Amino acid sequence: MFKHESIETNSGMLIVLTLVAISIGGLVEIVPLHYINETVEDVKDPVTGLDAVRPYTPLEQRGRDIYTREGCYLCHSQMIRPFRDEDLRYGHYSLAAESKYDHPFQWGSKRTGPDLARVGGKYSNEWQVQHLTAPRSVVPESIMPNYPWLQTTNLDMSDLRDRMVALKRVGVPYSLTTVEYEANVKKFGESVAKTLDINRAEDNLMAQARAGNYDGNPANVSEMDALVAYLQVLGTMVDFKKFDEDYFIQFR
Amino acid sequence: MANPVKDPLTGAETTGHVWDETLQEFNNPLPRWWLWTFYGTILFTITYWTMYPSWPIGKTYLKGMFNDITYKTDAGEEKTTHWNMRALLAHDMQNGTEALKQQEYLAKVGAASYDQIAQDPDMSSFVRSYGVGMFGDNCAACHQSGGQGVVGQFPNLVDDDWLWGGDTAAMETTIRGGRLGFMPAYSKTFDDSQLNQVANYVLTLSGETPVDAAAAVEGQKIFQGETGGCYMCHTKEGKGMHAQGSANLTDKVWTIANLPAAETPEAKLDAVKAVIHNGVKRQMPVFGKEGRNLSDTEIKVLVAYLQQMSGGATAQ
Repeated sequence: MFKHESIETNSGMLIVLTLVAISIGGLVEIVPLHYINETVEDVKDPVTGLDAVRPYTPLEQRGRDIYTREGCYLCHSQMIRPFRDEDLRYGHYSLAAESKYDHPFQWGSKRTGPDLARVGGKYSNEWQVQHLTAPRSVVPESIMPNYPWLQTTNLDMSDLRDRMVALKRVGVPYSLTTVEYEANVKKFGESVAKTLDINRAEDNLMAQARAGNYDGNPANVSEMDALVAYLQVLGTMVDFKKFDEDYFIQFR
Repeated sequence: MANPVKDPLTGAETTGHVWDETLQEFNNPLPRWWLWTFYGTILFTITYWTMYPSWPIGKTYLKGMFNDITYKTDAGEEKTTHWNMRALLAHDMQNGTEALKQQEYLAKVGAASYDQIAQDPDMSSFVRSYGVGMFGDNCAACHQSGGQGVVGQFPNLVDDDWLWGGDTAAMETTIRGGRLGFMPAYSKTFDDSQLNQVANYVLTLSGETPVDAAAAVEGQKIFQGETGGCYMCHTKEGKGMHAQGSANLTDKVWTIANLPAAETPEAKLDAVKAVIHNGVKRQMPVFGKEGRNLSDTEIKVLVAYLQQMSGGATAQ
């Protein structure tokens, strides 16, 4: 049916068949991962039985949007590999479960700057603000650009709801209905479930920004508030002290 | 291939494809070495599939064999499993040559006193090399790689002035639990003249020349009285308290108001005024179990390293 010559002389068909041929390699490697039970670790708090990894709060999620907007991923990875040197420098290797609500994930493949998968809690908010505004004032040898506008730009919240609904469509368990909310209470506990409620997103965002005061300026909610809130939660959801290391090895 | 197409000029076999009317391609056999390498790689995949995790089968996958890894769980139980990176890391952390050497030294330092570490050249040099990495990763971002800090933001660790105490126990507590340095803003408490008086007095405490000596006298009353209440943290003499993290105002070390950069007495006064007016809020993160989860031994290495860095036992 497909004669060699007829394919080679028909560029449209050649493109389609080339795509089919090269996607087989990818599909064979990727598709089975969706069916293999151990791909994403089941990480539940041993005491409460609640899911340890939760979706980002509205403020953190907006911070994450800014992280992608500014292209932080071009220089910073968020993936600690299971090697001794990375363990010693960055901390526990990343779990698949820790990025299961990331769309798109920020694993990255290039480290011009350090890995950020466990940067949360490592530095104070004041340091983060100072460092993002003028990196060389705290790390003289740094080549990171300055991001002074984060502190002076108010966070755009107009499309907060749409953003969360979009994430919900690709599988992040933000809740719209009472049934979904109740399911989240069971899965994450009440205090977390509240932060995942799309109907209360704006209030939640304001409350977290006010309580955290990440950028040191309580008067407004800036992009800096959002970005620092996001950075401070990175890699902190799973408390590895509560698990035997063996538990995570069993998933591989 | 019943009728191989031949090139009329050379008589060699071609693929039979024709482009642009006359352009054709010889169908020469592949070089032998290339062909056998190719077959070799196919054979290699079979070995590879057998030994390492490979083909998916339903909800699981081929785990590999002849290649098991033995490691110890945190509970101390010995386990053997198919080859995977996580088990390999656990095995490496427990049995690798460097890892064992490091553990041996960490155990030695963990069991020794600070005096013993300082006196033992072997442990001292371990602290220096292991500590520089730990300091670089955890501390240098704020306190800078030489420990000199940033005036106005992050305290200097190499001078002899310690806000929260410079003995080993206090340093351990600071690293383990973090610190919250706080001084209230006096913007609402003091009017302009009171602010001027207190700032002038604070300058005299460390031997600086006040801009207005008469104001300084008034400032002392506010400082030591209930209007300002400054003495509650800084003490009546202005020496500060380690328990509060309040600065010693009588020495020449300035951690927040940037006096070294101020050239005129007026500029110095303004720098002090700004601190009193705005207050101070500084936070050092938690590095112990509730935060970065550094082990007690690692904290000990850091403290010992800091002692070497800041002049050791002379630190008060």
